[in-house]
Amino acid sequence: MGYQFNWSVLWSGQSGAWLLQGVLTTLAISALAWLLAVGLGILSGAMRTVPLAPLRAIGAFYVEFFRNVPLLVWMFFWYFGVPPLLPQPVQDWVFNHHPEFWAGMVALGVYHGARFSEVIRSGILAIPRTQFEASVALGFNVWRAYRLVIVPIALRLIVPPATNESLALLKNSSVALTISVAELTFQTRQIETYTARAIEALTAGTLIYLVMCVAIAAVMARVERHFAIPGLIARVRVEPG
Amino acid sequence: MLDFGVIAANYKFLIVQGLLGLGGFAGGTLRLAIPAIILGFVLGIFIGLARLARAAWLRGAATVYVEFFRGVPLVMVIFWMWFIIPQLLRLPIPEYGVALTAFVVFEAAYFGEIVRAGIQSVARGQVEAATALGFKGGQSMRYVVLPQALRNMLPSLVTQMIVLLKDTSLASIIGYVDLTKAAQIVNNREIKPFELYLFIAVVYWVLTYSMSRTARYLERRGSPA
Repeated sequence: MGYQFNWSVLWSGQSGAWLLQGVLTTLAISALAWLLAVGLGILSGAMRTVPLAPLRAIGAFYVEFFRNVPLLVWMFFWYFGVPPLLPQPVQDWVFNHHPEFWAGMVALGVYHGARFSEVIRSGILAIPRTQFEASVALGFNVWRAYRLVIVPIALRLIVPPATNESLALLKNSSVALTISVAELTFQTRQIETYTARAIEALTAGTLIYLVMCVAIAAVMARVERHFAIPGLIARVRVEPG
Repeated sequence: MLDFGVIAANYKFLIVQGLLGLGGFAGGTLRLAIPAIILGFVLGIFIGLARLARAAWLRGAATVYVEFFRGVPLVMVIFWMWFIIPQLLRLPIPEYGVALTAFVVFEAAYFGEIVRAGIQSVARGQVEAATALGFKGGQSMRYVVLPQALRNMLPSLVTQMIVLLKDTSLASIIGYVDLTKAAQIVNNREIKPFELYLFIAVVYWVLTYSMSRTARYLERRGSPA
């Protein structure tokens, strides 16, 4: 097809530095968003299973609303829509500290929190009901039963689907390029813009994503073996979404 | 401070152009999502069958395809298509063609996994019974396995369709005028980001939530798709 490859664009000039910066930004935004998502996911996932109707309703509203709207819309919403509504001092601080990074992080975290929530809920539902009943019989209230018994067991059951979700979060961090977060896909595009070498730049970016995904999957496989509960290989069913 | 009048004033552009694609621009969320779902599922059936094929090379190729696309962000695939297709065909392709190709190729990997899991969920005895009744391989797949597999995979199939519908918003990054891009265009003129993005969030939500309700209804009725 008459295309002259020139791979040296990837290590000449600033390309290498850009790619490295892109990887670091991708990892930073994904890690922070992951913490937010896991926190929100545990909270709302547990809320959806407690014997208290108002809490279940709040959890369900959060999951159904945030999960069913495209991440890109949330990016724009948190980046363009929310900051003007904040109090002036907060606005001033945000505008001086990479607003796109924080908006992207919140968008990614809140969106994936709703998806994590479903994973955690299915983990809790896979635990035999007797665990909860036994905790209550031992005198735990609902909060302590969840904190000390239900959630710890659920977390150990859901490592495989949680791995899929974590990889989805990492890949979805690429959507943050639309609000100009300088993550890996953004930097790949920048190399393309400066060198007009689309195929080389995209190949580099694609390979880096694949390596990151494979590495995380390998680490999580070890985590899974370490935390698996012998004799309790529950069939946790989670729908993608 | 909040002014939802902006929605009423631009209702036509957002819905007719952005959602349906019947305006002056080449665009529309549904005009992209519906063909992408159908074509992606059809390609997914072949990939799912190839994943279970007896020939090792076919199985290997399908596995590489699935693992590759599941390890790469969709945004990356859209950019690949954006640069590769004109390079290969030596002619400019409109955004619609690029976006449709990217979604079909990408989502087929996910549909393929759903089809594979659906086929594997059909009890082995069914195939053996079909063989005992004199069905050939292709026949037992078509008349015995696939109808049952389809019923089993209906929930994850609809979930994946919802994912695809949401993913079409990413076509806006190459300039395709879908619902998200339409909201961006209106916002550039009106500067009402909170109201506009919240409004399209609700529109997407109504679409996807009604899809998942329909799926739950079909599931309970226990009817095949």
